[in-house]
Amino acid sequence: MAKSVLTVGLVALGLVWALAQTAQADDMKRYVVAGSQAAKLESCVEPTELMRRQHMEFIKHQRIATVHEGIRIEKYSLSGCVDCHISYNAEQIPQPINQADQFCGACHAFAAVNLNCFDCHAAVPNGTPLNAAAMAAHDAAGVAAQVQSSRDGKGH
Amino acid sequence: MEKVIDMKDENDAINPQRRAFLGVAAGVTAAVTVAPGVLLHTVDAAPRAEPVTSDVRWGLLIDTAKCVDGCSACVDACHHENGLNLQTMPAEQAVKKWETQKPAWVRKVKLQDNQTGRMTTLPLMCQHCDDPPCVDVCPTGASFKRADGIVMVDRHLCIGCRYCMMACPYKARSFIHSDVHGQLTSVPRGKGCVESCNLCVQRRDFGQESTACVDACAAEGHHAIVFGDLKDPDSTICKLLNEMPSRQLREDLVLNTGVRYSGV
Repeated sequence: MAKSVLTVGLVALGLVWALAQTAQADDMKRYVVAGSQAAKLESCVEPTELMRRQHMEFIKHQRIATVHEGIRIEKYSLSGCVDCHISYNAEQIPQPINQADQFCGACHAFAAVNLNCFDCHAAVPNGTPLNAAAMAAHDAAGVAAQVQSSRDGKGH
Repeated sequence: MEKVIDMKDENDAINPQRRAFLGVAAGVTAAVTVAPGVLLHTVDAAPRAEPVTSDVRWGLLIDTAKCVDGCSACVDACHHENGLNLQTMPAEQAVKKWETQKPAWVRKVKLQDNQTGRMTTLPLMCQHCDDPPCVDVCPTGASFKRADGIVMVDRHLCIGCRYCMMACPYKARSFIHSDVHGQLTSVPRGKGCVESCNLCVQRRDFGQESTACVDACAAEGHHAIVFGDLKDPDSTICKLLNEMPSRQLREDLVLNTGVRYSGV
C-alpha cells in the first residue's frame, strides 16, 4: 500500500515538474521578441549559463569601450538586451524590462539584486534605433518606432 | 606625454590616404545635396568599430550675425535629440527653481554692449575646451575628453559632486535633480549625474554629418552654426575660420575651445 502511494506520489511529482518546466519554457519564450536576433539563436551572445552568471561583467567592460572610445559594435550591449528581451502587452505597448514580471526585473527580484541600469538607460526601445535588425523585428511586432516609456518599473 | 602633445597639435602631419578618403566623402556629400539647404541624410551609416582617434577634433563655429533674436530652433532641436523635452517638473519643486535648474545643454544668451547698446544673441553650450577645467577638477575621472575632442561625462563614474559645474567658466553643465523617465535609448540619463552638450556623440559614432542644432539652424534658413573637423584644413569650418574673424569666449583663460564665435 505504502509502496503504491509512494509510486503515485512520485509520478505526480514528476508530472508537476514537467508541467512547471513547460510553463517556464513558455514563459521564457515570452521574453524574446519574435523575429529578433535572439529568437533565431540557441543562446544569447554567450552560452546561457555564462550569461546568467557573467552578464554584468560583459556589459561593464563594454560600457568603457563605448563611452570612452566610441565603439558601437560591441558584442555585448545593454540596448541589445532590451531589443531582444522586451515583451509587449495586448495593446502592443512594450513593458519596461526591469518590471518585476519582465526579463531583467523578474530574475533580479528573485536574486534580490538591485537593478540600477534602468535608472538612466531606457527600459523600452525608445527613439532612434541603434540596431536595424532589432528595429525590423519591432516593426514586425506592430510597434511604432517611437514609443514612450511610462514608469521605470520601480518597486520590486 | 607624447600623446598629449599630439592631441594639442592642430598641424599634424598630413595623411594622404585620409585626405583622399575625405575627398571622396565630400563628393558623396555633394551628391546627396538636392537643393541649397536641403540635405538627404544617410542615417544608416555603419556604427563605429574602431576607437576614436585624435586625427579629428570636432568643433563648432557660430556666426552671431546670423543668429536671430527670439529663435530657439537649436535649443528645441537639442532637447528633442537628447530627450530633454521629455523631462517634467517634479511635483514638489517650485516653478522658479525648476526654470533655473532644469537641465539644458544649450542656452540662448543675449549680450549687450553697455556703451553702444549693441545687442548680440548667441547659443551657448559646452565649449569643448582643449584644456577643460571640468576634467581637471573631477575627482572620479567621470568628466573626460574623448580623443576626438568631445568633452563629456561618463555617467557610470559621476558621483554628482558638481565640482565641474563650479569649474566651468561657461555655465555649460547642468545637474539632474530628480528621477528621469522615458529616456531615449541613444541618450541614457538619470538622477544624480551632471551632463552637458556632447556634440551629439551618438550621431558621431553612427557616422552622421552634423549635430541636431546645426540641422535645426539650417532648416530655419539661418545657417548660423557650422559643425566640422578643426584639424582638417579642407573642412568647411576650417575654411570659414580662416576667412572670418572669430573668437573664443573667455580667451583670457587660454582653454583653446572647440566652439568659436564670430561677431562678438
